Order: sequence, then structure tokens, then C-alpha cells
Amino acid sequence: MLGDKTGIQLAEDQRIAPEPFYASLVEPSLLQQKFKAIGDPGLYTRFEQMAICSVREALSNVAFNPEDPGTLFILSTTKGNIDLLEKENEQKLGKERLYLWDTARLIQRFFNFRNEPVVISNACISGVQAVITGVRLIRAGLYENVIINGTDIISEFVFSGFNSFKSLSTGPCRPFDRTRDGLSIGEGSGTLVLSKTRPQADASKLIVALDGISSNDANHISGPSRTGEGLFIAIDHLLKRNPLALDYISAHGTATPYNDEMESIAITRAGLQSVPVNSFKGYWGHTLGAAGIIETIMCVSSIRNNVLYNTMGFHETGVSNPLNIIDRVINREINSCLKIASGFGGCNAALLLCKK
Amino acid sequence: MEQLVQKLKEEIIEALNLSEMKPGQIDEKAPLFVDGLGLDSIDALELTVLLEKKYGLKILTAEEGKKVLYSVHSMAEFITANKKA
Amino acid sequence: MSEFYIISDYCSIRDHEVVLHGKSVYNHADSGLQDFLTGIYQYFAVSYPKFYKMDKLSKLGFLTAELLLRNKNIHQQYAGNEVGIFLMNASSSLDTDRNHQHSILDRNNYFPSPAVFVYTLPNIVIGEISIRHKFTGEGTFFIQEKFNPPFLVHYIKELLAQGVIQCCIAGWVETDGQNYESVLYLIEKTDRPNAGIANFEPTSIQRIFDNEK
Repeated sequence: MLGDKTGIQLAEDQRIAPEPFYASLVEPSLLQQKFKAIGDPGLYTRFEQMAICSVREALSNVAFNPEDPGTLFILSTTKGNIDLLEKENEQKLGKERLYLWDTARLIQRFFNFRNEPVVISNACISGVQAVITGVRLIRAGLYENVIINGTDIISEFVFSGFNSFKSLSTGPCRPFDRTRDGLSIGEGSGTLVLSKTRPQADASKLIVALDGISSNDANHISGPSRTGEGLFIAIDHLLKRNPLALDYISAHGTATPYNDEMESIAITRAGLQSVPVNSFKGYWGHTLGAAGIIETIMCVSSIRNNVLYNTMGFHETGVSNPLNIIDRVINREINSCLKIASGFGGCNAALLLCKK
Repeated sequence: MEQLVQKLKEEIIEALNLSEMKPGQIDEKAPLFVDGLGLDSIDALELTVLLEKKYGLKILTAEEGKKVLYSVHSMAEFITANKKA
Repeated sequence: MSEFYIISDYCSIRDHEVVLHGKSVYNHADSGLQDFLTGIYQYFAVSYPKFYKMDKLSKLGFLTAELLLRNKNIHQQYAGNEVGIFLMNASSSLDTDRNHQHSILDRNNYFPSPAVFVYTLPNIVIGEISIRHKFTGEGTFFIQEKFNPPFLVHYIKELLAQGVIQCCIAGWVETDGQNYESVLYLIEKTDRPNAGIANFEPTSIQRIFDNEK
């Protein structure tokens, strides 16, 4: 996956769009095969199958009992089972399935989690916000462990919406690139486990989720702030509370002309223009509610393996504030990382990760 | 042209939910964006949807969009120029 | 110096009535939700034309926050980035989702609207409140089947204690078809015990939430 190949391909699916489109789709047969081993695919939607497979895999590595009362499950998603809206009246699975709390409960029941799950639906920062929320809940002594799953699926609903915004790329997306022209839609599921207790036997694998802050641009509900206001405030506030040298920034980097420009402004305002920065969206597109989780997992991987992954789709810088964009795989000691995200509604989030 | 301009004003008010405006308050030569009505990026997209939905006309580039959507008058000129006989 | 967290005010819009600080300040039975919301907007002379572009969920949340903050001079006490907004509901943006879905039903009459699509995310309500009042602080939208005071209270207390926020607007904003309900609380810190309407505890939040019914 990493380095030289993108998962974004030209797809044709009349149920999603009348014309062929670039997207990163989860292969249906692979998903079915994987899910058949743990549950009846006839009883679960595509969204649920993806989420459950992901959570199950993550739980195979934990040292605590996920069913104990000190464990909380958080679901991060923008639209959940939104494809069920297409046939709302013919719903065989029940009307409640459209409600995100019901989807979260279904996952809770599958794994027998003890507590009422929490759902965070906060546009494209949902994943990062979920990690920040999880960290705070554990720090407050309210829970010992937080299992966070972020999932979103590609649907006609979402595709047509982004299309109406004319924000989709004409090929696989090109974050921060001079010729970038929009985002590539993606779908996926990722699971992160936060724990106060030692989650794994191998201490070298422990990464600390240190702290996080979110902030609103207070400017426009869809267009990013021209001064990168909210993102700058979030980064600035976070680093004032946690002064440390940063080795790497994982940007939101959706490859729309405005987002990447805004991020370059916010990063520069925060004095971080020489910190190596990349975007993962060129690999698997923008996975919306899953993005913050999947990309944070990649940050964990970067820190653990002391490697910086190149920005797939980037060739030549195309933002007004020059950044130190990672354009090849670099092996280097990485002790700390800043994960940032922005979304509709003017929301922005920043999360700090570091080696123990 | 006069009739089209009047109709367009009403359609714009409806499409953009400018519920506190009356057609008479819109100066057809005044800029729709930045100054004038101060419309934003979502409004611009909605106006391209309006042109497609009501008049079957597509705006192909952002450059073209800037020119066509400059004012109610320029929108009316675009419609008149491209009307299928 | 001791620090207390208090509910300094609240506003609810439900059952055709607006209640502010425990008093009914507006009601209009026998009107559909859109007309009811427009009625509130006009009655209180809100004067914010962007209101008309919002979907029902955002209108509801926006108006509740508007009345909650009226005459409070909140910017004299707090910087914009010190105010948090934490909202919760059961239906997310399903109401508007159905509108968007409707616009893409027929491939021969296919005109999805960006102005509708942007509201197919519940956190846009937070965005609208933020823009109106210039709040650049923390914000999160949670989905729960029912209003969950214990979760909200314990989470927000942690943020207040850590100094991440200095005050916040929190509560429930829900629309689903013609059903609607919003209750927003203004939460602040004080060094005076027994200030405000009640202490910021799950029981007082729930009591206020239930009382009006």
C-alpha cells in the first residue's frame, strides 16, 4: 500500500453515480468472506460488517477484558447506514438502523460491551475528535479503556453531495499539489484502543495519545477560513498546553484547492512550516468519519516504525505557504506527531501523539 | 429581456432562500458576489443548479461561472444567448 | 479559591413554546414546525437573514442559543475561544438527509443541492451558532438515543477543570419530521456557591429537562 501505489481507482457503479468516478472502494467479496467467519452477512449491513471486522481485529490484541464495566465504545461516523435511506420503506432490517445510536448499540451487542456506546458525528473531524474525547474520558477517571471505531461507506447519497459541491477530483487526488483539483471519496473502517492499563506486552509498541483540542472557524459552514483561524487556534492552544518539539504532522490534506491552502496557512501561522508533513488521502481517499481513526493509526505506525510515508499524489507544491511536504519514504526517528483535521461546519481538531 | 430579468430575480430569491428580499430590491446590474447581495460559494453553486434545472444550461468552467453569475443582468444575457430556438 | 460549576441559564423550544429562565416567553400552537420557527425569529426581531437558509435542525438550535445568550454580553466575560458548544440528539440530521435523498431519487430529474447537502451533518448547528456569536472554542456533536445528562456533565466538568473551556453551551437539539425539541444550558464557573439556577450536576440538568413537560 505505501510508497508507490494508490488504492483510488476508476469505478463504475450505477447505484452510486451515473458516470464512472474515482474512489477507493472496499472490495465487496473480500468483506463478505471476512465477515462470514464471524457472523451472518444477511443480518448486518455493509457498514456494520466493516465496523465489526475492524473492531474484532483490534480486540484480538488487547490485554484487558472488553466486556468489563470500565470499557467504553465510541463510534465515529458521519452518515452510518445512510445507504438504507435508498429503500427506507422497504426496510427489512428495521427503520431504527438509520439511527446512529442504533448502529452503535448493534456493535455493542455483538461484542457484549457493558456501557451505552457514544457516537460522535462531527463531519470529517469525527475520528480525531473521538480520540480526543476518549483521552479526556480516561484522564477524568470515567473509564479505563476506550475502544474507538471510525467507519463510513461510499453511497450515492454522499457521492452526489460532494459532486454538487464540485469538489471531487478528476483523477486520484493530489494533496498539496499545484494541479490538485478536489478530493477522492473513500470508504473504510479503523479501530483504535486507548487504555490506561498496558494494552500490549511489548512496551516498545506503546504510543501515548497525549492531548487534543478542537476549535471552530466561526466563519462559514462549508468553506474553510481563509486565515486558517480555527485550525491555528486548535494547534496553538494544544502546543501551549503541551510544549514539545514536533517530528511530524499528519495533515487533513483532502486535495481540494481551499482545504490544503488553508492548512498551509494555519501550519505556518503556528510556526511549523519546517516540520515534515504529509497527507494519506492519496492512498485511500477521504474516508470521512473513518479518516481520523485510520490516519491516526498510520501516525502510530510512523512513530513505532520510525518512518515517514510519502504523500501519494503530490509532485510539486501548490500552496502559498511553502511546507516541508514529505515526497518520499524517509526512515528517521519519530518521537512525536501532530494529527490535524478539518470539516464542514468550520470544525477543526488537533491531536498530539508521542512515544512513551 | 425585462420579463426574464424579473423572473430570474424571483427564482434567485427562492433558490437562495433570500426570504426577506423583494425582487424590486435587487439591482440587476449590481454584482451578486462580494458586494451587492454578498452571496457566497454555496449560493454560486446553487445558481449553477438553477440555470441547469430551469433553463437546461450548464456552466463548464469556474471562469465562465464568474462571468455568467456576475449579476442578474449577465445571467439573463447568458440565458438569452443560449436559448434553443 | 473554590470553583463551582453552575447552570446559569437555560432555554427550551418544544411543544409550541419557548421557555427562557423558567418563564414562557412565546408560544404558538397550531403551526407547523417551519412556521413556528419563523414566528420565533420574527417575534424576537432576530435580524439574521442567513436564518432562512438553515434547515430545521439548525434553525432550532440557532434560535435556542440566540435567546439563551440574548442580553448576556457573553463577550464581555469570555474570549470567543473560551466558549465550548456540546450538543446531542437522536436523529442526527436525518430530516435533511431525507430531503437530499429525495433530490437524487429520479435520475431524470437529478439536481442535488449543495445548500441542502451541507446540512446533512448534525454539527452544522454548532457551526451556525459559532458563526453567529463568533465562538472559536471546543465543540462536539454526540448522538444518543435519549438525552444523557450524566455523560455530558462528567465530560464537560473535565473540560472546565482542565481549563480547556471557561464556559459552554450544552444540551439537546432534535428534529425528526414534525417532532422537535431543544433544551440548551449555559454552564459557567463561579467562586460563589449557590449561584445561578442550580449546580451543574446530572440531576439538576435532568430535572430542568423533565420539568417543562
